[in-house]
Amino acid sequence: MLNIPCPYCGPRDETEFHYGAQAHVAYPESPKDLTDEQWAKFVFIKSNPKGWLAERWVHNSGCRRWFNVWRNTATHEFGPSYKPFTQQPKSPA
Amino acid sequence: MASMTRRRSAELPDHPDFLWATDITPKKAYDVIIIGAGGHGLATAYYLAKNHGITNVAILEKGWLAGGNMGRNTTIIRSNYLWDESAGIYDHSLKLWENLEEEVGYEMFFSQRGVMTLAHSVSDVRSKQRNYYANYVNDVDSVWLTPEEIKEIAPIVNISEDIRYPVMGATYQARGGIAKHDWVAWGFAKAAADMGVDIIQGCEVTGFNIVDGKIQGVKTNRGDIAAGKVGMVAAGHTSVLADMAGFDVPLQSRPLQALVSELLEQVLDTVIMSGAVHVYVSQAHKGELVMGAGTDSYNSYAQRGGFHVVEHQLAAACELFPIFERAHMLRTWGGIVDISPDASPIIGLTPVENLFINSGWGTGGFKATPGSGWVMAATIANGEPDKLAKPYALDRFVSGHLIDEHGAAGVAH
Repeated sequence: MLNIPCPYCGPRDETEFHYGAQAHVAYPESPKDLTDEQWAKFVFIKSNPKGWLAERWVHNSGCRRWFNVWRNTATHEFGPSYKPFTQQPKSPA
Repeated sequence: MASMTRRRSAELPDHPDFLWATDITPKKAYDVIIIGAGGHGLATAYYLAKNHGITNVAILEKGWLAGGNMGRNTTIIRSNYLWDESAGIYDHSLKLWENLEEEVGYEMFFSQRGVMTLAHSVSDVRSKQRNYYANYVNDVDSVWLTPEEIKEIAPIVNISEDIRYPVMGATYQARGGIAKHDWVAWGFAKAAADMGVDIIQGCEVTGFNIVDGKIQGVKTNRGDIAAGKVGMVAAGHTSVLADMAGFDVPLQSRPLQALVSELLEQVLDTVIMSGAVHVYVSQAHKGELVMGAGTDSYNSYAQRGGFHVVEHQLAAACELFPIFERAHMLRTWGGIVDISPDASPIIGLTPVENLFINSGWGTGGFKATPGSGWVMAATIANGEPDKLAKPYALDRFVSGHLIDEHGAAGVAH
């Protein structure tokens, strides 16, 4: 089980969280101008690297807040976690 | 209890070391290179040779033969999916299974012992019956079972009404079943190798040679290899390959865990799946109970998952099958599956000319092994999507023509 560093509560068991996949996927600024290809990219294409990924989790059995964290998908090692709308820390890679 | 048809192992196949050459040096060039010696890659090479006469083929495998999901799955075979497109490809695959051992000339312990999918609530009953009617329309065999009929086929199921998830009915596909996955891989490998295919293990693709948008070959840890056409059949690592080739795929790689019990007397001679309580189980020929459940929640390439997921599926299994409480678990393991947005595969052309993709089988690729290889071979040979593969093109995520099998698949796929 992962031990996930919630930036509000500190490290907690994975079973207290839900996953939110790639972080920093902004809603299109001008949705009506998007082509089908651009919509497909926004809706369906999510980053899936082997290595460090900045991803979202929600601490739904704890503080119930969303946050972002760096995690290595090859090793399950965690990097820094950080609150939304704050400066993104550099990739630990 | 219904009698068990167990084929005895009088004619066990040779040890795999003797089935194909393991010390092949890659040639400078091939007509076709397949990336990944899992079930689908091996089947693709086999049908390229057999159906299309293309034998100057190499399968490049970074690990060892069938050491990924082909060696880690729970071996369930069925074709009772919801949509027409799925009925097309999965039932084609099941028909191929029905003659495969004879055709390939290799024992695979293919056993059509039936696949039962339980319903536990009124809405569950409605959605399963919808599925059952859809199968009927598509000429895919399926019947609806009452709890009493379920008990007749599988006496160990708890059908009492006072459990957390009462069993209210089930769909049952009698043609479904299981096969012995490693022997399936060895059968395809031997047959492909006999027709001239080079299976090269320990050969990792590290990049592509692409000129003017057209594939020229691959870069590997054993040097560059030229190829007229290349097929990516790499399951959980498809995103990594697509990234090297410079295009996006709508896939997320997740751990999927399974487990086996110690060897037991035969107590279950069908396959039982339950989406609502999150478990699927069959009993292998040797006697171990084989179980699986849903994926872990996060992206991963680590081939392992959390024990709480295993614990959850064991709790579900013990609720449905009270006698399992006394069984010991022998081991658990994980594989990395490539999940697509609509729980259906992605097969066909890519933005790179003569580079083909076969991926996105997610948690349920084993059953499709022969069918997937069949359509992938045709797609590569003809340079255009096979009829059954056409709906599964990468561009369906732009057109919106999704093939949503989340509901039909439930947990087990």
